[in-house]
Amino acid sequence: MDLVPTPSQTAGPYFHLGMTETRSVPCIAGPQTKGERVRLTCRVIDGNGVLVNDAMIEIWQANAEGKYNHPDDVPEKTGDFSWFGFGRMATAEDGSCEFETIKPGRVLGSGNELQAPHLNVAIFARGMLKQLYTRIYFAGDPANSEDPVISLVPPPRREILMAQPDTARPGHWRFDVHLQGEQETVFFDV
Amino acid sequence: MTNNRMLRYDATVCRDLFEKVRAKAEVMGHLTNERSIAQYHRMPSGSQPPSLYEPYQSTVPRAPTKALIVLPHTLSEITGPLYGHEKIGETDNDLTRQHAGEPLGERIIVAGRVLDDNGRPVPNALIEIWQANATGRYRHKDDQHPAPLDPNFTGSGRVLTDETGSYRFVTIKPGAYPWFNHYNAWRPAHIHFSIFGRAFITRLVTQMYFPGDPLFPFDPVLQSIPEEKARQRLISKFNLETTQPQWALGFRFDIVLRGRDATPFEG
Repeated sequence: MDLVPTPSQTAGPYFHLGMTETRSVPCIAGPQTKGERVRLTCRVIDGNGVLVNDAMIEIWQANAEGKYNHPDDVPEKTGDFSWFGFGRMATAEDGSCEFETIKPGRVLGSGNELQAPHLNVAIFARGMLKQLYTRIYFAGDPANSEDPVISLVPPPRREILMAQPDTARPGHWRFDVHLQGEQETVFFDV
Repeated sequence: MTNNRMLRYDATVCRDLFEKVRAKAEVMGHLTNERSIAQYHRMPSGSQPPSLYEPYQSTVPRAPTKALIVLPHTLSEITGPLYGHEKIGETDNDLTRQHAGEPLGERIIVAGRVLDDNGRPVPNALIEIWQANATGRYRHKDDQHPAPLDPNFTGSGRVLTDETGSYRFVTIKPGAYPWFNHYNAWRPAHIHFSIFGRAFITRLVTQMYFPGDPLFPFDPVLQSIPEEKARQRLISKFNLETTQPQWALGFRFDIVLRGRDATPFEG
């Protein structure tokens, strides 16, 4: 390591101008992509319980076979890469945004164990001097109990990492990001 | 905020990208069964702002209060959206040519390189910028600063770095503007930068400042960075070679993203 990374600064309140006004990506995976359909609604809530209407959420995920569209993964010729794996949205007035995607497959962990299906999430906003990272897992997935990253989280907080299915609407999932408080989201130092 | 023009990566574009990525991986010998993952370097302390910096008041309800959980890097962290297949429009990196007329203000060139912390260039990095106009006003519904908008200036641009990690924008120098953080608070002139590197964890959103701005000592956003030498990394440098005679002053702003140790995965 010869150089020191450039410091982060807040995205501020006007990031829409440069990032989401013309370059939102609400569809991470469309109907052409294999996998279980997921409509995911995310909300961001601050420490005062106020819905954050000026945040940006970015998501990066693997395909249904657990492969990332990236040369550092080991792409198989038969893989389904009819998609990019990335999405980003600004939150609306109600603090929420919605993504269309598929449930990813299991990805290898740092050893030879498999991780449970998850989405990688970065959150940017005014008042955040650097982005916050979390993950979204899927409540009820049997693989969650053996996931090496979930196991790093104290048991009482593990449920916070789970998107919850919307029982009234099949295929719809909800995930709230609580920046502070009892339900504070599990943020990762990556 | 309305998302009036949404991007959709259609199957053809994505398959094309995948084939390119695959071909490159084969050339670089990545398609092995090697599973060890080279970890990205952690940020040196003092080089980055904390999440909570009370003089910047908006951090108070938005900074995590619980300790972050340190994550060993897996494929989920070391991969990320790779660009290079995107179509960059001819005027995307020239913010002075996006309208019928020229914007008012001091025309400038901002150029530099994107490197990793090993000093290697980062090619095909997508850089997005946004900024206020010469009067210090953003073209954004939430900006209520009583300064005029410029019909010939949007204030948004993007570019991909070339094989040497280099990029170049033409724009106008943004004005300073007031905000509500504290009494008589003003932001020094700055351009917002967003950079996609090679991994989801090398993602960087930051701000570039101009040399010699008298507002630096009063700006809690810049001052949130603990070390003076780290703050200096966000201040561009006037550069005569980048300057074009009879046309525009040039400023250099190099960006360093996190790098990782060499392994079989490295190209």
